[in-house]
Amino acid sequence: MRKHPRTTVGLPRLVGLVGLVATATLLAACGSDDGAAGGATGDGGGAEPVTLTVFAASSLTAAFEDLADQFEADHDGVTVELSFAGSSDLVAQIQQGAPADVFASADQANMDKLTGEDLQGSDPVEFATNTLEIAVPPDNPAGVESLQDLGGDLNLVVCAPEVPCGAAAQQVAADAGVELKPVSEEQSVTDVLNKVTSGEADAGLVYVTDVAAAGDAVEGITFPEADSVVNVYPIATVGDSEHAGLAQEFVDLVTGGEGQKVLDGYGFGAP
Amino acid sequence: MARHQRQVGLPRWLFVPAAAGALFVVLPLVAIVARVDWPDFLTLVTSESSLEALKLSLRTSAASTVLCVLLGVPMAVLLARTSFRGQGLVRSLVLLPLVLPPVVGGIALLYTFGRRGLLGESLEVLGIQIAFSTTAVVLAQTFVALPFLVVSLEGALRTGGERYEVVAATLGAPPTTVFRRVTLPLVLPGLVSGAVLSFARALGEFGATITFAGSLQGVTRTLPLEIYLQRETDADAAVALSLVLVVVAVLVIGLARGRAT
Repeated sequence: MRKHPRTTVGLPRLVGLVGLVATATLLAACGSDDGAAGGATGDGGGAEPVTLTVFAASSLTAAFEDLADQFEADHDGVTVELSFAGSSDLVAQIQQGAPADVFASADQANMDKLTGEDLQGSDPVEFATNTLEIAVPPDNPAGVESLQDLGGDLNLVVCAPEVPCGAAAQQVAADAGVELKPVSEEQSVTDVLNKVTSGEADAGLVYVTDVAAAGDAVEGITFPEADSVVNVYPIATVGDSEHAGLAQEFVDLVTGGEGQKVLDGYGFGAP
Repeated sequence: MARHQRQVGLPRWLFVPAAAGALFVVLPLVAIVARVDWPDFLTLVTSESSLEALKLSLRTSAASTVLCVLLGVPMAVLLARTSFRGQGLVRSLVLLPLVLPPVVGGIALLYTFGRRGLLGESLEVLGIQIAFSTTAVVLAQTFVALPFLVVSLEGALRTGGERYEVVAATLGAPPTTVFRRVTLPLVLPGLVSGAVLSFARALGEFGATITFAGSLQGVTRTLPLEIYLQRETDADAAVALSLVLVVVAVLVIGLARGRAT
Protein backbone atom coordinates (compact mmCIF):
# COMPACT_ATOMS: atom_id res chain seq x y z
CA MET A 1 0.00 0.00 0.00
CA ARG A 2 2.73 2.42 0.88
CA LYS A 3 4.65 1.88 -2.26
CA HIS A 4 1.79 2.54 -4.57
CA PRO A 5 1.84 6.34 -4.83
CA ARG A 6 5.59 6.33 -5.35
CA THR A 7 5.28 4.20 -8.42
CA THR A 8 2.67 6.14 -10.26
CA VAL A 9 2.98 9.78 -9.40
CA GLY A 10 6.05 10.21 -11.57
CA LEU A 11 4.07 9.29 -14.63
CA PRO A 12 1.23 11.83 -14.54
CA ARG A 13 3.75 14.68 -14.60
CA LEU A 14 5.40 13.10 -17.58
CA VAL A 15 2.10 12.47 -19.28
CA GLY A 16 1.14 16.08 -18.70
CA LEU A 17 4.36 17.24 -20.27
CA VAL A 18 3.94 14.92 -23.23
CA GLY A 19 0.37 16.12 -23.68
CA LEU A 20 1.55 19.70 -23.66
CA VAL A 21 4.12 18.96 -26.33
CA ALA A 22 1.58 17.10 -28.45
CA THR A 23 -0.89 19.96 -28.22
CA ALA A 24 1.77 22.50 -29.13
CA THR A 25 2.82 20.42 -32.13
CA LEU A 26 -0.75 20.07 -33.29
CA LEU A 27 -1.37 23.80 -32.96
CA ALA A 28 1.81 24.59 -34.83
CA ALA A 29 0.80 22.22 -37.62
CA CYS A 30 -2.64 23.81 -37.92
CA GLY A 31 -1.12 27.27 -37.90
CA SER A 32 1.29 26.55 -40.73
CA ASP A 33 -1.52 25.00 -42.73
CA ASP A 34 -3.54 28.20 -42.53
CA GLY A 35 -0.50 30.18 -43.55
CA ALA A 36 0.04 28.14 -46.68
CA ALA A 37 -3.59 28.40 -47.72
CA GLY A 38 -3.54 32.15 -47.18
CA GLY A 39 -0.42 32.51 -49.27
CA ALA A 40 -1.86 30.54 -52.14
CA THR A 41 -4.99 32.65 -52.50
CA GLY A 42 -3.92 36.03 -51.23
CA ASP A 43 -1.05 36.81 -53.59
CA GLY A 44 -1.24 37.77 -57.19
CA GLY A 45 -1.99 41.43 -57.67
CA GLY A 46 -2.67 41.35 -61.45
CA ALA A 47 -6.11 41.53 -63.00
CA GLU A 48 -6.65 37.80 -62.82
CA PRO A 49 -4.17 36.29 -60.41
CA VAL A 50 -2.98 32.84 -61.42
CA THR A 51 -0.78 30.52 -59.39
CA LEU A 52 1.42 28.11 -61.27
CA THR A 53 2.60 25.23 -59.11
CA VAL A 54 5.95 23.72 -60.00
CA PHE A 55 7.16 20.48 -58.37
CA ALA A 56 10.90 20.19 -58.72
CA ALA A 57 13.66 17.93 -57.38
CA SER A 58 15.53 19.41 -54.41
CA SER A 59 18.79 19.71 -56.35
CA LEU A 60 17.07 22.26 -58.62
CA THR A 61 16.19 24.61 -55.75
CA ALA A 62 18.48 27.56 -56.46
CA ALA A 63 18.17 27.40 -60.25
CA PHE A 64 14.37 27.11 -60.23
CA GLU A 65 14.00 29.96 -57.74
CA ASP A 66 15.81 32.18 -60.24
CA LEU A 67 13.71 30.88 -63.12
CA ALA A 68 10.48 31.39 -61.18
CA ASP A 69 11.42 35.02 -60.51
CA GLN A 70 12.11 35.47 -64.19
CA PHE A 71 8.81 33.84 -65.16
CA GLU A 72 6.86 36.05 -62.75
CA ALA A 73 8.59 39.14 -64.13
CA ASP A 74 7.59 38.15 -67.66
CA HIS A 75 4.00 37.24 -66.78
CA ASP A 76 1.90 39.87 -65.04
CA GLY A 77 -0.38 38.47 -62.35
CA VAL A 78 1.24 35.06 -62.31
CA THR A 79 2.70 33.65 -59.11
CA VAL A 80 4.96 30.63 -59.33
CA GLU A 81 4.75 28.37 -56.31
CA LEU A 82 7.72 26.05 -56.01
CA SER A 83 7.63 22.78 -54.13
CA PHE A 84 10.98 21.09 -53.66
CA ALA A 85 11.45 17.53 -52.41
CA GLY A 86 12.97 14.24 -53.45
CA SER A 87 11.70 13.25 -56.89
CA SER A 88 10.13 10.05 -55.57
CA ASP A 89 8.16 12.00 -52.94
CA LEU A 90 6.98 14.52 -55.52
CA VAL A 91 5.80 11.93 -58.00
CA ALA A 92 3.99 10.09 -55.20
CA GLN A 93 2.22 13.35 -54.29
CA ILE A 94 1.13 13.92 -57.90
CA GLN A 95 -0.15 10.35 -58.06
CA GLN A 96 -2.21 11.11 -54.94
CA GLY A 97 -3.73 14.13 -56.67
CA ALA A 98 -1.50 17.01 -55.57
CA PRO A 99 -2.25 20.09 -57.70
CA ALA A 100 0.98 20.38 -59.68
CA ASP A 101 1.24 22.07 -63.06
CA VAL A 102 4.85 21.20 -63.86
CA PHE A 103 7.07 18.34 -62.68
CA ALA A 104 10.85 18.44 -62.96
CA SER A 105 12.49 15.17 -61.91
CA ALA A 106 16.10 14.47 -60.97
CA ASP A 107 16.05 11.15 -62.78
CA GLN A 108 14.35 9.24 -65.52
CA ALA A 109 12.97 6.54 -63.21
CA ASN A 110 10.65 8.91 -61.35
CA MET A 111 9.48 10.61 -64.55
CA ASP A 112 8.69 7.11 -65.84
CA LYS A 113 6.39 6.62 -62.84
CA LEU A 114 4.44 9.71 -63.98
CA THR A 115 4.20 8.72 -67.64
CA GLY A 116 3.54 5.10 -66.64
CA GLU A 117 0.19 6.24 -65.22
CA ASP A 118 -0.34 8.65 -68.13
CA LEU A 119 -0.41 11.65 -65.77
CA GLN A 120 1.78 13.90 -67.95
CA GLY A 121 0.40 16.76 -70.04
CA SER A 122 3.28 17.08 -72.48
CA ASP A 123 5.94 14.51 -73.29
CA PRO A 124 8.94 14.77 -70.94
CA VAL A 125 11.89 16.78 -72.23
CA GLU A 126 15.44 16.36 -70.93
CA PHE A 127 16.72 19.73 -69.79
CA ALA A 128 19.83 19.19 -67.65
CA THR A 129 22.45 16.69 -66.60
CA ASN A 130 24.43 16.21 -63.43
CA THR A 131 27.47 14.12 -62.61
CA LEU A 132 29.19 13.11 -59.41
CA GLU A 133 32.04 15.00 -57.82
CA ILE A 134 34.13 14.41 -54.72
CA ALA A 135 33.51 16.91 -51.94
CA VAL A 136 36.14 17.36 -49.23
CA PRO A 137 36.45 19.84 -46.35
CA PRO A 138 38.32 23.00 -47.43
CA ASP A 139 41.61 21.83 -45.88
CA ASN A 140 41.27 18.34 -47.44
CA PRO A 141 42.57 16.52 -44.32
CA ALA A 142 42.92 13.15 -46.04
CA GLY A 143 44.66 14.59 -49.11
CA VAL A 144 42.13 13.19 -51.57
CA GLU A 145 43.03 13.78 -55.22
CA SER A 146 41.27 11.09 -57.20
CA LEU A 147 38.48 8.53 -57.14
CA GLN A 148 41.11 5.87 -56.37
CA ASP A 149 42.01 7.71 -53.14
CA LEU A 150 38.47 7.06 -51.88
CA GLY A 151 39.30 3.36 -51.64
CA GLY A 152 41.90 4.11 -48.94
CA ASP A 153 41.61 4.44 -45.21
CA LEU A 154 39.51 7.55 -44.63
CA ASN A 155 36.09 8.67 -43.43
CA LEU A 156 34.15 8.38 -46.68
CA VAL A 157 30.44 9.18 -46.76
CA VAL A 158 28.18 8.34 -49.70
CA CYS A 159 24.44 8.08 -50.37
CA ALA A 160 22.79 4.71 -49.68
CA PRO A 161 22.39 2.57 -52.83
CA GLU A 162 18.61 2.83 -52.37
CA VAL A 163 18.60 6.53 -53.36
CA PRO A 164 19.65 7.81 -56.82
CA CYS A 165 22.91 9.49 -55.75
CA GLY A 166 23.98 6.28 -54.00
CA ALA A 167 23.15 4.14 -57.00
CA ALA A 168 25.24 6.51 -59.13
CA ALA A 169 28.15 6.33 -56.66
CA GLN A 170 28.06 2.55 -56.66
CA GLN A 171 28.00 2.46 -60.45
CA VAL A 172 30.88 4.91 -60.83
CA ALA A 173 33.00 2.98 -58.35
CA ALA A 174 32.22 -0.35 -60.01
CA ASP A 175 33.04 1.03 -63.47
CA ALA A 176 36.36 2.33 -62.19
CA GLY A 177 37.15 -0.83 -60.24
CA VAL A 178 37.43 1.05 -56.95
CA GLU A 179 36.14 -0.57 -53.79
CA LEU A 180 34.47 2.02 -51.57
CA LYS A 181 34.35 1.41 -47.81
CA PRO A 182 32.08 4.20 -46.59
CA VAL A 183 31.68 4.87 -42.86
CA SER A 184 28.13 5.98 -43.56
CA GLU A 185 25.53 5.58 -46.32
CA GLU A 186 23.27 8.59 -46.00
CA GLN A 187 19.67 9.14 -46.92
CA SER A 188 20.21 12.08 -49.22
CA VAL A 189 22.90 14.08 -50.91
CA THR A 190 22.26 16.90 -48.42
CA ASP A 191 23.11 14.57 -45.54
CA VAL A 192 26.36 13.61 -47.26
CA LEU A 193 27.24 17.24 -47.84
CA ASN A 194 26.51 18.15 -44.21
CA LYS A 195 28.89 15.44 -42.98
CA VAL A 196 31.60 16.97 -45.17
CA THR A 197 30.95 20.63 -44.33
CA SER A 198 30.96 19.81 -40.61
CA GLY A 199 34.33 18.10 -41.05
CA GLU A 200 33.09 14.72 -39.81
CA ALA A 201 33.79 13.10 -43.15
CA ASP A 202 37.09 13.34 -45.02
CA ALA A 203 35.30 12.99 -48.33
CA GLY A 204 31.85 12.51 -49.80
CA LEU A 205 30.44 11.70 -53.22
CA VAL A 206 27.85 14.28 -54.25
CA TYR A 207 26.68 15.98 -57.43
CA VAL A 208 28.65 18.71 -59.20
CA THR A 209 25.80 21.15 -58.52
CA ASP A 210 25.92 20.43 -54.78
CA VAL A 211 29.59 21.36 -54.64
CA ALA A 212 28.82 24.54 -56.57
CA ALA A 213 25.95 25.40 -54.20
CA ALA A 214 28.04 24.76 -51.09
CA GLY A 215 30.49 27.51 -52.06
CA ASP A 216 33.51 27.82 -49.79
CA ALA A 217 32.21 25.26 -47.30
CA VAL A 218 33.64 22.38 -49.33
CA GLU A 219 36.28 21.84 -51.98
CA GLY A 220 35.25 19.93 -55.08
CA ILE A 221 37.48 17.39 -56.77
CA THR A 222 36.40 16.34 -60.25
CA PHE A 223 37.44 12.95 -61.57
CA PRO A 224 37.31 11.64 -65.14
CA GLU A 225 35.43 8.45 -64.22
CA ALA A 226 32.38 10.55 -63.28
CA ASP A 227 31.38 10.76 -66.94
CA SER A 228 30.46 7.07 -66.94
CA VAL A 229 27.27 7.83 -64.98
CA VAL A 230 25.33 10.88 -66.13
CA ASN A 231 22.13 11.78 -64.36
CA VAL A 232 19.53 13.22 -66.74
CA TYR A 233 16.76 15.61 -65.57
CA PRO A 234 13.45 15.45 -67.47
CA ILE A 235 10.62 18.00 -67.18
CA ALA A 236 6.95 17.72 -68.21
CA THR A 237 3.65 19.48 -67.65
CA VAL A 238 1.08 17.62 -65.58
CA GLY A 239 -2.07 16.40 -67.33
CA ASP A 240 -4.52 17.68 -64.72
CA SER A 241 -3.11 21.21 -64.84
CA GLU A 242 -5.71 23.98 -65.11
CA HIS A 243 -3.11 26.26 -66.66
CA ALA A 244 -1.75 24.02 -69.40
CA GLY A 245 -0.67 26.95 -71.53
CA LEU A 246 1.26 28.67 -68.75
CA ALA A 247 2.75 25.33 -67.65
CA GLN A 248 4.05 24.75 -71.16
CA GLU A 249 5.52 28.27 -71.19
CA PHE A 250 7.39 27.49 -67.97
CA VAL A 251 8.76 24.27 -69.49
CA ASP A 252 9.79 26.29 -72.57
CA LEU A 253 11.60 28.78 -70.34
CA VAL A 254 13.54 25.96 -68.63
CA THR A 255 14.46 24.18 -71.85
CA GLY A 256 15.12 27.41 -73.80
CA GLY A 257 18.30 29.48 -73.99
CA GLU A 258 17.53 31.61 -70.91
CA GLY A 259 16.80 28.61 -68.73
CA GLN A 260 19.86 26.74 -69.90
CA LYS A 261 22.03 29.73 -69.06
CA VAL A 262 20.67 29.82 -65.48
CA LEU A 263 21.13 26.05 -65.06
CA ASP A 264 24.66 26.27 -66.42
CA GLY A 265 25.38 28.94 -63.83
CA TYR A 266 24.52 26.46 -61.07
CA GLY A 267 26.75 23.76 -62.50
CA PHE A 268 24.25 21.66 -64.44
CA GLY A 269 25.34 20.20 -67.77
CA ALA A 270 23.39 20.52 -71.02
CA PRO A 271 21.25 17.48 -71.94
CA MET B 1 -4.57 -2.23 -3.18
CA ALA B 2 -8.31 -2.67 -3.63
CA ARG B 3 -10.02 -0.51 -6.20
CA HIS B 4 -12.61 1.65 -4.51
CA GLN B 5 -15.87 2.45 -6.25
CA ARG B 6 -16.15 6.02 -7.56
CA GLN B 7 -18.89 7.93 -5.80
CA VAL B 8 -18.92 11.06 -7.94
CA GLY B 9 -20.23 10.59 -11.49
CA LEU B 10 -18.37 11.87 -14.52
CA PRO B 11 -19.95 14.26 -17.01
CA ARG B 12 -21.20 12.23 -19.96
CA TRP B 13 -19.77 14.56 -22.60
CA LEU B 14 -16.27 13.75 -21.38
CA PHE B 15 -16.49 10.39 -23.13
CA VAL B 16 -16.77 11.87 -26.62
CA PRO B 17 -13.42 13.71 -26.79
CA ALA B 18 -11.82 10.89 -24.80
CA ALA B 19 -12.98 8.33 -27.35
CA ALA B 20 -11.90 10.61 -30.20
CA GLY B 21 -8.47 10.91 -28.62
CA ALA B 22 -8.14 7.16 -28.20
CA LEU B 23 -9.25 6.63 -31.78
CA PHE B 24 -6.73 9.21 -32.98
CA VAL B 25 -3.93 7.16 -31.45
CA VAL B 26 -5.22 3.70 -32.30
CA LEU B 27 -6.45 4.25 -35.87
CA PRO B 28 -3.00 4.88 -37.43
CA LEU B 29 -1.74 1.70 -35.75
CA VAL B 30 -4.67 -0.20 -37.24
CA ALA B 31 -3.82 1.36 -40.60
CA ILE B 32 -0.29 -0.07 -40.38
CA VAL B 33 -1.63 -3.53 -39.61
CA ALA B 34 -4.10 -3.24 -42.48
CA ARG B 35 -1.38 -2.15 -44.90
CA VAL B 36 1.08 -4.96 -44.08
CA ASP B 37 1.80 -7.34 -46.93
CA TRP B 38 1.10 -10.44 -44.82
CA PRO B 39 2.12 -13.21 -47.28
CA ASP B 40 5.62 -11.70 -47.55
CA PHE B 41 5.77 -10.41 -43.98
CA LEU B 42 8.33 -12.91 -42.69
CA THR B 43 10.62 -12.56 -45.69
CA LEU B 44 10.51 -8.77 -45.41
CA VAL B 45 11.17 -8.73 -41.69
CA THR B 46 13.89 -11.38 -41.65
CA SER B 47 16.05 -9.92 -44.42
CA GLU B 48 19.68 -9.55 -43.37
CA SER B 49 19.53 -5.76 -43.21
CA SER B 50 16.32 -5.79 -41.15
CA LEU B 51 17.65 -8.28 -38.61
CA GLU B 52 20.91 -6.38 -38.26
CA ALA B 53 18.98 -3.15 -37.74
CA LEU B 54 16.74 -4.76 -35.10
CA LYS B 55 19.71 -6.26 -33.26
CA LEU B 56 21.58 -2.97 -33.34
CA SER B 57 18.50 -1.12 -32.07
CA LEU B 58 18.03 -3.49 -29.14
CA ARG B 59 21.74 -3.47 -28.29
CA THR B 60 22.16 0.32 -28.39
CA SER B 61 18.87 0.97 -26.57
CA ALA B 62 19.92 -1.39 -23.78
CA ALA B 63 23.30 0.36 -23.52
CA SER B 64 21.75 3.80 -23.42
CA THR B 65 19.22 2.68 -20.81
CA VAL B 66 22.13 1.59 -18.59
CA LEU B 67 23.78 4.98 -19.17
CA CYS B 68 20.50 6.73 -18.38
CA VAL B 69 20.25 4.86 -15.06
CA LEU B 70 23.88 5.52 -14.12
CA LEU B 71 23.62 9.23 -14.88
CA GLY B 72 19.93 9.83 -14.31
CA VAL B 73 19.53 8.34 -10.81
CA PRO B 74 22.07 10.69 -9.20
CA MET B 75 20.61 13.61 -11.12
CA ALA B 76 17.08 12.82 -9.98
CA VAL B 77 18.20 12.35 -6.37
CA LEU B 78 20.07 15.66 -6.30
CA LEU B 79 17.14 17.48 -7.90
CA ALA B 80 14.61 15.95 -5.51
CA ARG B 81 16.58 15.97 -2.25
CA THR B 82 18.66 19.13 -2.33
CA SER B 83 17.94 22.75 -2.99
CA PHE B 84 20.46 25.11 -4.44
CA ARG B 85 20.43 28.38 -6.31
CA GLY B 86 19.40 27.97 -9.90
CA GLN B 87 17.90 24.55 -9.31
CA GLY B 88 14.83 25.42 -11.37
CA LEU B 89 17.06 26.45 -14.24
CA VAL B 90 19.09 23.24 -13.98
CA ARG B 91 15.92 21.17 -13.99
CA SER B 92 14.61 22.98 -17.07
CA LEU B 93 17.89 22.44 -18.90
CA VAL B 94 17.97 18.76 -18.01
CA LEU B 95 14.45 18.36 -19.37
CA LEU B 96 15.23 20.31 -22.53
CA PRO B 97 15.88 17.25 -24.77
CA LEU B 98 12.29 16.23 -24.04
CA VAL B 99 10.91 19.18 -25.98
CA LEU B 100 13.82 19.78 -28.35
CA PRO B 101 13.45 18.46 -31.90
CA PRO B 102 15.83 15.46 -31.98
CA VAL B 103 17.57 16.81 -35.06
CA VAL B 104 18.61 19.82 -32.98
CA GLY B 105 20.00 17.40 -30.40
CA GLY B 106 21.92 15.70 -33.18
CA ILE B 107 23.44 18.98 -34.35
CA ALA B 108 24.35 19.87 -30.76
CA LEU B 109 26.02 16.49 -30.24
CA LEU B 110 27.83 16.85 -33.55
CA TYR B 111 29.41 20.10 -32.44
CA THR B 112 30.31 18.57 -29.10
CA PHE B 113 31.63 15.11 -29.89
CA GLY B 114 32.28 15.51 -33.63
CA ARG B 115 35.85 15.54 -34.90
CA ARG B 116 35.86 19.33 -34.98
CA GLY B 117 33.55 19.69 -32.01
CA LEU B 118 34.10 21.07 -28.53
CA LEU B 119 35.44 17.79 -27.11
CA GLY B 120 36.06 16.03 -30.41
CA GLU B 121 39.56 17.36 -30.95
CA SER B 122 40.75 16.23 -27.53
CA LEU B 123 39.17 12.83 -28.13
CA GLU B 124 40.87 12.64 -31.51
CA VAL B 125 44.23 13.17 -29.82
CA LEU B 126 43.42 10.19 -27.59
CA GLY B 127 42.67 8.17 -30.70
CA ILE B 128 38.94 8.05 -30.03
CA GLN B 129 36.59 8.72 -32.89
CA ILE B 130 32.94 8.87 -31.95
CA ALA B 131 31.29 10.01 -35.17
CA PHE B 132 30.06 7.16 -37.39
CA SER B 133 30.45 4.64 -34.57
CA THR B 134 27.94 2.68 -32.55
CA THR B 135 29.01 4.82 -29.57
CA ALA B 136 27.56 7.83 -31.37
CA VAL B 137 24.21 6.04 -31.63
CA VAL B 138 24.25 5.30 -27.89
CA LEU B 139 25.13 8.92 -27.09
CA ALA B 140 22.31 10.24 -29.27
CA GLN B 141 19.82 7.86 -27.66
CA THR B 142 20.99 8.67 -24.15
CA PHE B 143 20.71 12.39 -24.85
CA VAL B 144 17.03 12.13 -25.79
CA ALA B 145 16.07 9.41 -23.28
CA LEU B 146 17.74 10.71 -20.11
CA PRO B 147 15.01 13.26 -19.22
CA PHE B 148 12.38 10.51 -19.18
CA LEU B 149 14.25 8.72 -16.42
CA VAL B 150 15.01 11.88 -14.46
CA VAL B 151 11.40 13.13 -14.59
CA SER B 152 9.75 9.91 -13.49
CA LEU B 153 12.30 9.17 -10.78
CA GLU B 154 12.31 12.70 -9.39
CA GLY B 155 8.53 12.55 -9.20
CA ALA B 156 8.68 9.25 -7.35
CA LEU B 157 11.29 10.61 -4.91
CA ARG B 158 9.31 13.75 -4.17
CA THR B 159 6.01 11.96 -3.53
CA GLY B 160 7.84 9.33 -1.48
CA GLY B 161 9.12 11.93 0.93
CA GLU B 162 12.06 11.65 3.29
CA ARG B 163 10.46 10.11 6.38
CA TYR B 164 12.13 6.72 6.18
CA GLU B 165 15.46 8.20 5.22
CA VAL B 166 15.33 10.48 8.26
CA VAL B 167 14.49 7.55 10.50
CA ALA B 168 17.31 5.46 9.05
CA ALA B 169 19.73 8.35 9.54
CA THR B 170 18.71 8.88 13.18
CA LEU B 171 19.29 5.19 13.73
CA GLY B 172 22.88 5.82 12.68
CA ALA B 173 22.96 4.67 9.07
CA PRO B 174 25.59 6.53 7.00
CA PRO B 175 24.31 8.35 3.86
CA THR B 176 25.41 5.64 1.42
CA THR B 177 23.60 2.97 3.42
CA VAL B 178 20.45 5.11 3.58
CA PHE B 179 20.61 5.66 -0.16
CA ARG B 180 21.25 2.00 -0.94
CA ARG B 181 18.97 0.35 1.61
CA VAL B 182 16.11 2.86 1.96
CA THR B 183 15.90 5.40 -0.86
CA LEU B 184 16.53 3.11 -3.81
CA PRO B 185 14.24 0.22 -2.74
CA LEU B 186 11.41 2.69 -2.06
CA VAL B 187 11.55 4.26 -5.51
CA LEU B 188 12.44 1.07 -7.37
CA PRO B 189 9.08 0.85 -9.21
CA GLY B 190 9.48 4.47 -10.32
CA LEU B 191 13.01 3.70 -11.43
CA VAL B 192 11.87 0.68 -13.43
CA SER B 193 9.12 2.58 -15.24
CA GLY B 194 11.54 5.43 -15.91
CA ALA B 195 14.11 3.01 -17.31
CA VAL B 196 11.53 1.34 -19.52
CA LEU B 197 10.36 4.71 -20.87
CA SER B 198 13.98 5.60 -21.58
CA PHE B 199 14.48 2.31 -23.38
CA ALA B 200 11.37 2.90 -25.50
CA ARG B 201 12.47 6.44 -26.31
CA ALA B 202 15.94 5.20 -27.27
CA LEU B 203 14.43 2.53 -29.47
CA GLY B 204 12.50 5.14 -31.43
CA GLU B 205 15.36 7.63 -31.73
CA PHE B 206 15.79 8.85 -35.28
CA GLY B 207 16.60 12.52 -35.78
CA ALA B 208 19.63 12.82 -33.53
CA THR B 209 21.05 9.53 -34.79
CA ILE B 210 20.81 10.34 -38.49
CA THR B 211 22.28 13.81 -37.90
CA PHE B 212 25.09 12.79 -35.59
CA ALA B 213 25.92 9.11 -36.09
CA GLY B 214 25.34 8.50 -39.78
CA SER B 215 23.81 5.39 -41.27
CA LEU B 216 25.67 2.15 -41.96
CA GLN B 217 24.29 -1.35 -41.79
CA GLY B 218 25.26 -3.14 -38.59
CA VAL B 219 27.11 -0.11 -37.17
CA THR B 220 24.82 2.89 -36.96
CA ARG B 221 21.69 2.03 -38.96
CA THR B 222 19.09 1.35 -36.28
CA LEU B 223 15.59 0.13 -37.07
CA PRO B 224 14.01 3.59 -37.48
CA LEU B 225 16.78 4.57 -39.92
CA GLU B 226 16.34 1.31 -41.79
CA ILE B 227 12.60 1.97 -42.09
CA TYR B 228 13.23 5.47 -43.40
CA LEU B 229 15.66 4.15 -45.98
CA GLN B 230 13.51 1.21 -47.08
CA ARG B 231 10.68 3.67 -47.68
CA GLU B 232 12.66 5.00 -50.67
CA THR B 233 12.51 1.74 -52.59
CA ASP B 234 10.37 -0.82 -50.82
CA ALA B 235 7.27 0.54 -49.12
CA ASP B 236 6.16 -2.98 -48.11
CA ALA B 237 9.38 -3.60 -46.20
CA ALA B 238 9.08 -0.22 -44.48
CA VAL B 239 5.54 -1.01 -43.33
CA ALA B 240 6.48 -4.50 -42.15
CA LEU B 241 9.41 -3.14 -40.13
CA SER B 242 7.21 -0.39 -38.71
CA LEU B 243 4.90 -3.06 -37.37
CA VAL B 244 7.86 -4.82 -35.75
CA LEU B 245 8.77 -1.60 -33.97
CA VAL B 246 5.15 -1.10 -32.86
CA VAL B 247 5.05 -4.62 -31.44
CA VAL B 248 8.37 -4.17 -29.61
CA ALA B 249 7.13 -0.86 -28.18
CA VAL B 250 3.85 -2.44 -27.02
CA LEU B 251 5.77 -5.29 -25.37
CA VAL B 252 8.06 -2.83 -23.60
CA ILE B 253 5.20 -0.71 -22.29
CA GLY B 254 3.26 -3.82 -21.28
CA LEU B 255 6.30 -5.09 -19.41
CA ALA B 256 6.69 -1.75 -17.64
CA ARG B 257 3.08 -1.67 -16.50
CA GLY B 258 3.24 -5.29 -15.41
CA ARG B 259 6.33 -4.57 -13.32
CA ALA B 260 5.21 -1.25 -11.89
CA THR B 261 1.80 -2.33 -10.61
